[in-house]
Amino acid sequence: MNKIYKNADEAVADIKDGAVLMLGGFGLCGIPENCIAALVKSGPKNLTCISNNAGVDDFGIGLLLQQKQLKKMIASYVGENAEFERQLLSGELEVELIPQGTLATRCMASGYGMPAIYTPAGVGTEVAVGKESRIFNDKEYLLEYAFDADFAIVKAWRGDADGNLVYKDTARNFNPLMAMAGKITIAEVEELVPSGEIDPNQVHTPGIYVHRIFQGKNYEKRIEQLTLTK
Amino acid sequence: MALTKEQIAQRIAKELKDGYYVNLGIGIPTLVANYIPEGIKVILQSENGLLGMGPFPVAGKESADLINAGKQTITTLPGSSIFDSAMSFGMIRAGKVNLTVLGAMEVSENGDIASWKIPGKMVKGMGGAMDLVASAKNIIVAMMHTNRQGESKLLPACTLPLTGIKCIKKIVTELAVLEVTENGFKLLERAPGVTTEEIISKTAGKLIVEREIPEMQF
Repeated sequence: MNKIYKNADEAVADIKDGAVLMLGGFGLCGIPENCIAALVKSGPKNLTCISNNAGVDDFGIGLLLQQKQLKKMIASYVGENAEFERQLLSGELEVELIPQGTLATRCMASGYGMPAIYTPAGVGTEVAVGKESRIFNDKEYLLEYAFDADFAIVKAWRGDADGNLVYKDTARNFNPLMAMAGKITIAEVEELVPSGEIDPNQVHTPGIYVHRIFQGKNYEKRIEQLTLTK
Repeated sequence: MALTKEQIAQRIAKELKDGYYVNLGIGIPTLVANYIPEGIKVILQSENGLLGMGPFPVAGKESADLINAGKQTITTLPGSSIFDSAMSFGMIRAGKVNLTVLGAMEVSENGDIASWKIPGKMVKGMGGAMDLVASAKNIIVAMMHTNRQGESKLLPACTLPLTGIKCIKKIVTELAVLEVTENGFKLLERAPGVTTEEIISKTAGKLIVEREIPEMQF
């Protein structure tokens, strides 16, 4: 068994036109920078992208938008991206906005082998249109389906040769959920260590979920809103 | 005098109780953290996966890996914990978070809220707001009483796409504190120097004024 790939180019080489991708991260925090750059280079088109946000104009998923590589974006919040808004309003880009907890739980359901979940988020709003609902304990819930993604692309702080992953601080966010949900999961890590170097008690994502792992490089780790105590 | 945004936050902070887990939305709600009453412990939840959110870092201590749901750099505190987004919304859905404070564009007299979309104008998405309002037991809206055109934001029914239905319990504006009851908005307090008549004239939804309305105390 070898899960270790040389670099991002090699790890994403078989992602073709029309693929459905999950990309971890919240805003620009914990995004798979290396894989996004590699996808911009390899250039698959008509991608469906499931991610909480759509990056900013010149970073993150914004780079894929610039190259018009996306057909559809599934996200909970897409502010801070003028090119996104332009493609949305012109009809070039299909967009499905869903509640953040629903997004997270639909990833989770996929990784837990559950076809669907019930959530109260969106009841009585346009999110509920066309969806089955059911009353439990006098409260209405919507039926939401697990995602079905070809590739999940995540970023972790540390990873080992077995694919075990550890995330740092709030860069965890959607990464462990998406890691569990991909038919093929690609993990880029800031530090790739030999098998046995990570304490089993500290593993966030067990290696069974991770098919490809590589040591990332040149992380920019851009801060979106630098806010300081004066 | 109408309240400043800081004063709205200060008034909402009086609703906090010792041991509360609280989710603060972006904008005025974020300012509530600056006015947590002395002697009580409140744990702030940030829905991107943090309990025990601390103040903004001092220069040089910022980290791209540690942000709040508004994507601002923040810090942890002793006793903080970090988790993934599903667990974060799990604790919200399960009602573990005691109080949610968020902004709104419109609130209706039956407690519906519209806060995420202006058709044809603003398409940013709902983020975690729909999950929060669908599950939180206690939700306070912090907003201005009227919009930029001077139109009331407290309406018989929302005109914008809804974020959630029958969920808002209390509203604090620059003019008043109101409770959402089965019979409409109930005026509880008015800002110092603001008359009950002004609040009546700026509230489009049904407003119940049962008695002499006291001024807010800070």
